[in-house]
Amino acid sequence: MNVLVCVKHVPDTETRVKVKPDGMGLDLAEANWVINPYDEFAVEEGIRLKEKLGGEVTALTVGDEEATKTLRQALAMGADKAVLLTDAAFQGGDALGIARVLAAAARKIPFDLILCGKHAVGEDNQQVGTLVAQLLDVPCVTVVTGLEFDGQAAICKREIEGGTEVVKASLPALITCQKGLNEPRYPSLKGIMAAKKKEVLKWGLADLGLEASTVGATGAGFQLRKLELPPPRPEGKVLAGEIPDQVKELVRLLREEAKAL
Amino acid sequence: MKILVFAEQRDGKLKKASLEAMSVGRELADATGGEAAAVVVGQGISGLAAELGKVGADKVFVGDDALFAAYSNDAFGLAVGKAAQAYGADCILFSATAMGKDLAPKVTARLGMGLLSDVTAYSVEGGSPLFRRPIYAGKAFATLTPVPGKPFAVTLRPNVFPVADKAKAGEVVPLDHGVTPGDIKSVVQQILTAQGGLLDVAEANIIVSGGRGMKGPENFPILEALAKALGGAVGASRAAVDSGWIGHEHQVGQTGKVVSPGLYIACGISGAIQHLAGMSSSKVIVAVNKDPEAPIFKVATYGIVGDLFEVVPLMTKAVEELKAKG
Ligand SMILES: Cc1cc2nc3c(=O)[nH]c(=O)nc-3n(C[C@H](O)[C@H](O)[C@H](O)COP(=O)(O)OP(=O)(O)OC[C@H]3O[C@@H](n4cnc5c(N)ncnc54)[C@H](O)[C@@H]3O)c2cc1C
Ligand SMILES: Cc1cc2nc3c(=O)[nH]c(=O)nc-3n(C[C@H](O)[C@H](O)[C@H](O)COP(=O)(O)OP(=O)(O)OC[C@H]3O[C@@H](n4cnc5c(N)ncnc54)[C@H](O)[C@@H]3O)c2cc1C
Repeated sequence: MNVLVCVKHVPDTETRVKVKPDGMGLDLAEANWVINPYDEFAVEEGIRLKEKLGGEVTALTVGDEEATKTLRQALAMGADKAVLLTDAAFQGGDALGIARVLAAAARKIPFDLILCGKHAVGEDNQQVGTLVAQLLDVPCVTVVTGLEFDGQAAICKREIEGGTEVVKASLPALITCQKGLNEPRYPSLKGIMAAKKKEVLKWGLADLGLEASTVGATGAGFQLRKLELPPPRPEGKVLAGEIPDQVKELVRLLREEAKAL
Repeated sequence: MKILVFAEQRDGKLKKASLEAMSVGRELADATGGEAAAVVVGQGISGLAAELGKVGADKVFVGDDALFAAYSNDAFGLAVGKAAQAYGADCILFSATAMGKDLAPKVTARLGMGLLSDVTAYSVEGGSPLFRRPIYAGKAFATLTPVPGKPFAVTLRPNVFPVADKAKAGEVVPLDHGVTPGDIKSVVQQILTAQGGLLDVAEANIIVSGGRGMKGPENFPILEALAKALGGAVGASRAAVDSGWIGHEHQVGQTGKVVSPGLYIACGISGAIQHLAGMSSSKVIVAVNKDPEAPIFKVATYGIVGDLFEVVPLMTKAVEELKAKG
């Protein structure tokens, strides 16, 4: 089974977000950049499938040279190949722009399955996987916590409110991975050394046969007006006294002051 | 603008989030001098049109067909796209529910539209809408506006927008959906419902969450009792989830669910940055923690410094007494 895995290079979840003075960008200078946590589930699943069924795992990312680190992480975990999709024309793209780049790359590599993360921490759009699937006209199952195969079909468990759906999708398909699907491995020292020797291909606009107007800022559907931090929460009250009295007071405050009950 | 709202139903019942979305659709239509329609897809669901009319739908596109008996993003995606084209929609609204988030990109990719996820506020300035959405799980907010002249779509966070009674005609338009069995490449075969009958944290207006301070899975029933008394859901920190005390679907935070309920009660949760990101937009926050220095107190509306094993059962009792009085 040949698997493509889409991985994004993101600021880790410890990041304290700062907004630039002009309100039009984030100051992420102090952030530590890592592979998107959900994409680790995708890489892990791809490698497990390869180990069981044979085939190749190729990691793809859209980003700048820095994002090569995240590709190396995927290679160190056990992916066979990696492609950095990079071009000045991709800058300022929204999810559909990114998806068009990924879909164009996928058309150049034979695949049975594409694995994405459920969402990328940071922008939190939860869109790219489904967009890629639709652009490629393959079925898509999102937020998957269990994956099995039945001949030419994937049987997926996906999380919904208050339950789990069992979805059957024909292959080739795209699946977005949720926590619970697997436990991602840590790369071994051998894996890290091997990853350093593996070649990272680089494809740009022309290699992918894309029109600049469909990706990047010109292809985006929305314009940013401003970025801001959440308003500070109003000063809270820490109650005092004997615990039973505090609880009584709390319930009274919730009912009368906060009108939350 | 012409606004089309995807109205989600399960088992023939409209989701509350869809009524919220329809209300937003109505308001956006009025503010921009336009009109609002809904599209509802399923089997045996024609009766739902009247309900959508009550909350502001001028028209309701109804796709009532055995092909829509089980959810398939292929079939539903095609149908909603068809409705958008038939209506000439400038804007499609979805709820940011499991189904809405699964479906919206299916539709926008086909129609080549931009999509904003998880919008929590909007306004209209000079005839064009502005949408606000959290990024970094709520550590910051972005305000965006659609590129003029380009149709666009938005998913709206549930439990944020009120349902408004603004009755309109709700004229039924049978949807010429054009879907054939061959279009369906993925389909829901079965739905396994979670046990216990408690609400999902993503849908609840009151959440009682437990962290490492709960000490073990055997103690979660005390949170469930409080949640039940309040009519709420049980949430958890990642520490509790990773310890295997409760399922991941309960996790609140940057890599769990991002929630903004009316009331969030954090018990034995320290308030790590990833947890705060997921819940600090809650309207009222209560913290119960034995450590007065715990960062959770920085975001709490009300705090009790104490042992949760003493506090929580007393709270349950007090709430039950209050409810008994009516
Ligand atoms: C107007 C506008 C301008 C923007 N300008 C910029 C900009 O200049 N620079 C910038 O970095 N961002 C920019 N963004 C944000 C960027 O568009 C988002 O990162 C993009 O929409 C993807 O969304 P997401 O990261 O939330 O991914 P999600 O949809 O949450 O991602 C889901 C999954 O898709 C895959 N995936 C997502 N992104 C990538 C990727 N890049 N490579 C490989 N796989 C991926 C991963 O598997 C991931 O787990 C802009 C957004 C808007 C709306
Ligand atoms: C990539 C990544 C993603 C993450 N995503 C998330 C996420 O989505 N959600 C999330 O929650 N975390 C997330 N985390 C983990 C986060 O960093 C913290 O480790 C976690 O939130 C801590 O959980 P906790 O507050 O339950 O435990 P602790 O920090 O151990 O706090 C336990 C608290 O319980 C109190 N306590 C103990 N006993 C009692 C008692 N009897 N009565 C009252 N109080 C008591 C203690 O004083 C303490 O404050 C993430 C981490 C990483 C690296």
